[in-house]
Amino acid sequence: MTAGTDTTGAAPGYRPRRTLPLRVEAVRQLLRRRTLVAFAVVAGLPVVVWAAFAIGGTPGERNGTTTLIDVATSSGLNFSLAVLFVSSGFLLTIPVALFFGDTVASEASWSSLRYLLAAPVPRARLLASKLLVSLGFSATAVLALPTVALVVGTAAYGWSDLQLTTAGSLPPGTAVQRLVIIALYVFVSQLAVAGFAFWLSTVTDAPLGAVGGAVGVAIISNILDAITALGSLRNVLPTHWQYAWADALQPGQLEWAGMIKGTSVSVSFAVVFFALAFRGFRKKDIVS
Amino acid sequence: MRLAPGSPWRHWRNWRTRHRIAAGTAALAVLAGGGVVTVAAADSPAPVHREDRVMSMPETAGSTQRVRIDTSFFTSGGSGRRPAVLLAHGFGGSKDDMRPEAERLARDGYAVLTWSARGFGASTGKIGLNSPDREVADVRRLIDWLGKRNDVQLNGPDDPVVGIAGASYGGAISLLTAGYDKRVDAIAPEITWWNLADSLFPQNASGQATDSGVFKKLWAGIFFTTGTTSTTTAPSGGGKASSTCRFTTELCAMYDAAAVSGHADAATVKLLEQSSPSSVAARIKVPTLVVQGQNDSLFPLGQGDAIARAVAANGAPVSVDWTSGGHDGGDQEASRVEARTVAWFDRYLKQDKSANTGPAFRVTRTGGVDTTDGQTVLRGASSAAYPGLSGTGSRTVALTGKAQTVSNPAGGSPPAISSLPGIGALSQLSQLSSLGQGLSLDFPGQRAVFDSAPLTSALQMTGSARTRVTVKTDAPAGAVLFAKVYDVGPGGSASLPHQLVAPLRVTASGTVDVTLPALDHSFAAGHRLRLVLATTDLGYSSPTAPATYTVSLPAGAALTVPTDTALTTAQAGLPVWAWGLPLGAVALAAALLLIGRRRPERTAEEEPAEVPLEIAGLSKRYHGAADRYAVRDLSFRVERGQVLGLLGPNGAGKTTTMRMLMGLIRPDAGTIRIFGHEITPGAPVLSRVGAFVEGAGFLPHLTGRSNLDLYWQATGRPAQDAHVEEALAIAGLGEALDRAVRTYSQGMRQRLAIAQAMLGLPDLLILDEPTNGLDPPQIREMRAVVARYAATGRTVIVSSHLLSEVEQSCTHLVVMDKGRLIAAGPVDEISGSGGTLFVGTGEMTAIALEETAHKLAGLPGVAAADVAEAGLLVRLDGLSVHELLAELLRLEVPVERVGPHRRLEDVFLTLIGGPA
Repeated sequence: MTAGTDTTGAAPGYRPRRTLPLRVEAVRQLLRRRTLVAFAVVAGLPVVVWAAFAIGGTPGERNGTTTLIDVATSSGLNFSLAVLFVSSGFLLTIPVALFFGDTVASEASWSSLRYLLAAPVPRARLLASKLLVSLGFSATAVLALPTVALVVGTAAYGWSDLQLTTAGSLPPGTAVQRLVIIALYVFVSQLAVAGFAFWLSTVTDAPLGAVGGAVGVAIISNILDAITALGSLRNVLPTHWQYAWADALQPGQLEWAGMIKGTSVSVSFAVVFFALAFRGFRKKDIVS
Repeated sequence: MRLAPGSPWRHWRNWRTRHRIAAGTAALAVLAGGGVVTVAAADSPAPVHREDRVMSMPETAGSTQRVRIDTSFFTSGGSGRRPAVLLAHGFGGSKDDMRPEAERLARDGYAVLTWSARGFGASTGKIGLNSPDREVADVRRLIDWLGKRNDVQLNGPDDPVVGIAGASYGGAISLLTAGYDKRVDAIAPEITWWNLADSLFPQNASGQATDSGVFKKLWAGIFFTTGTTSTTTAPSGGGKASSTCRFTTELCAMYDAAAVSGHADAATVKLLEQSSPSSVAARIKVPTLVVQGQNDSLFPLGQGDAIARAVAANGAPVSVDWTSGGHDGGDQEASRVEARTVAWFDRYLKQDKSANTGPAFRVTRTGGVDTTDGQTVLRGASSAAYPGLSGTGSRTVALTGKAQTVSNPAGGSPPAISSLPGIGALSQLSQLSSLGQGLSLDFPGQRAVFDSAPLTSALQMTGSARTRVTVKTDAPAGAVLFAKVYDVGPGGSASLPHQLVAPLRVTASGTVDVTLPALDHSFAAGHRLRLVLATTDLGYSSPTAPATYTVSLPAGAALTVPTDTALTTAQAGLPVWAWGLPLGAVALAAALLLIGRRRPERTAEEEPAEVPLEIAGLSKRYHGAADRYAVRDLSFRVERGQVLGLLGPNGAGKTTTMRMLMGLIRPDAGTIRIFGHEITPGAPVLSRVGAFVEGAGFLPHLTGRSNLDLYWQATGRPAQDAHVEEALAIAGLGEALDRAVRTYSQGMRQRLAIAQAMLGLPDLLILDEPTNGLDPPQIREMRAVVARYAATGRTVIVSSHLLSEVEQSCTHLVVMDKGRLIAAGPVDEISGSGGTLFVGTGEMTAIALEETAHKLAGLPGVAAADVAEAGLLVRLDGLSVHELLAELLRLEVPVERVGPHRRLEDVFLTLIGGPA
């Protein structure tokens, strides 16, 4: 029964900047089954890979070429890198697409979106909270994978130098630094997909449509990247640089160029799609 | 091995390629008598005019023998005078190698002259190794010829503006000509020698005789046999094919003697120094761009250093560029070097002061491999001054290791391997070495090893490291040793930077200063430096007699490692788009966000803040339904304490109106004001509105209680303002509150949603079809809740298509149909005195009632008349009740009673013209 004390006519204690705090949004998302499943898959994959090596035996090189998989069991660091290698192409795209593609669309499908907006949570604020929480969840998933793999691998294969596929090895201290750089780069390289998923999430009320659409774009980008006739056009494909982190696996100087280019492409896509999401959502009629 | 001209390989490939020589011999027959040939090459944007001409020159000055020099002259564009550039080819090549570069230079506005040196290509004569009275004299005659042309710029009579560029053999001729001919104005020698004796017989120990160098037998062999045609590769028509030496007689004899003895005697040194720019050191006074390769065991960086120091001492401008290439292979950076050469000539021949000649000292550093394209990444480090091979400073690295006895195997075999001339280039040994994969091999017992402690910090070495070594030998020929510094990783893997070694010959026991190979290399922290002195090396001649030496370090010996702290590495190698793309993306994003943004309208409180809701002229059409309005020109007002019923059939626009009230949908026209504030998406005044519209919206995985808690936290308002318990009492969910919402029935969700709408006790409560899914006792309870809520002075809007609902719980009504307002006002007014009367009739047939209704409807002043149960419903529009009675009597209707109609359902049907 109290009239607004300020000129906006808001209820006492209402501040737009305090709406939908990150903690609240994180709690809302965290207890969801698909969030937990995504984290479980990421945390469980190293164990599955370890079991595969335990059953199938230690891999060896074939045809004289050595891959990261061939040296996977030489140390915990190698195991962690091998797990990252098999996951960074596609597996990690899925949790990222899930966290970004699901976040707004699922609220729309539950009808809870309109109550949040009428609370009112300002639209830009709602998107910003969701974007940051999705970023946090994605980063956690992407960084958890090598971390769990490092723990599993060290328990199984011990703590020693990182054996490189080229001749040579890196001492553990340097190798851990490189692993951190690689994990961060893998996360950054997923941002293009994240941006697209987030934008889709704001234009559809079907969460799986947004997630599937983003994964589909990643697949199409991979297919186009395989068509070498496209030449330098492939440089701006969102997935073209996804393995540029291999540049960090060299005995000598760390080579940044590929990762910088990959970051450039990925961040550019992300920034534009995030902006598109904010622009579209700002004016959208919420009819869900 | 047929690589395209202009590729990075072009300068040195002919060192090893006999095929080219054979081809050149075949071409001789065609061109020898050709005289002047004029060809206009019009294959590219600006056509280049080329004149091929064979010039006849004396074998030596005053000689009656003539040699024919095959030349090509390139110009492009107009006929005005322009500076000239002489482009000299490498050893084993011909003028044809220089054609692509010549055409590019011609388009840049130079007159370009290329020629095949004596003994190469179509030119005749013996190879004189850039002898002053042969090759140098030839070039001076070429300059004479340029000085007589009317399209070449002159400094004076017979003195053309001319620069000379070339690699290896061609680089040496540029230096020598500059020393012998003052008319040369600028030079750009590349991977070439300063002193040929030092290059072929290097000696890196101090205090030894000048003729004590160690024979660089593998490179020398390739060098001299390249100049010797062999019968196996000669073309069938090549009359010159024989195993004769194509060098001058004295050079042939010199090589034969040195190859056998492995020694350079004084005469050999003298002969080689004739062909060395060092012999005219004091006379080279022109701007010089020194390009030397880091992968070069033939003419190592020390040769370039000597050029730079000599020319700088004469006062001429010098820039030093260490490329990643050289005679051992690697990326020759041809396009970058060519661009720098052009800039150099632009500055010193065209006198274009704005031309950027680049830094005084530039070193190409090799990064790792770019795995996306497999290319080695190169970076340039540059500095404003060239410090020489001692660096701008130095770091002392202590070495440890006791005295070691090493043996020289009989016959010098098996040899240690550092670089493999020729093969080394092909297998890119040096390039691999930068990745720690270089092939280098020392035999145990044939080497002495001295290690440093692991480096506490990284060490970037630029120049020649130095150390002191004590050698004891009783061999009469003295001890030949090969000194090298390995980079040893923490795991023990050792790599030899650039595969370079420093040969030394110590003729008598004693302690000597040793100069190690000049190179640019980064030793990482934790790595060790390892000094190795080996007795053999594949590339060099070592004594054939077996011998043992004792090698030790004098007390306190250490490696003095030169550093150049002024060198700063550019973050190069990135294409423009790598920075441009994100910048463009940010700009685009900013445009997307800023353009078309609606400024939040500061609404003046034109209406009293007490009016909970005021709607004026509200219209909305959805996309895809342009012709049909969901809401059209709707206006009404709700006062404080009212319970407003929003009544209308499905599709009347009630829900759309409520969504607009909540800021979810933008109206096409009209305004909504709540407590005087215009509603926009997310308007703060919405915090005083509680809404339940079109069903519940909960997170199914959370409990009812968490849903309400998190919803309230999402509003960001203080927890004590929520009044959760009061709201939960209304929901009446009991223990179900702690179950996940997905297990709830429709009614339970409904109640929870209404409780959520009441959180914070909003001043305006909007309930859309609140009794849907509730059972009768709950419906009754809901009515009581609404009534109590309004009794506190708050305002409630209830929408429904159920008339009984509205009739019983509302004080005021808004009736909508097809998006339009039909009626608004107090319930009593609309249902009672709204002009609708119920006429109770006696017994009448349905047909008679129909007829009567029809007749009544036709009367003026009657808006509508419908058949109702046991009577008629009549809505008056001007006619008074008395007049209606009179009309009814006239129509002989058996009127039993007439009164205001109280059944809202009938009123509603009447209002919206429903089924009659």
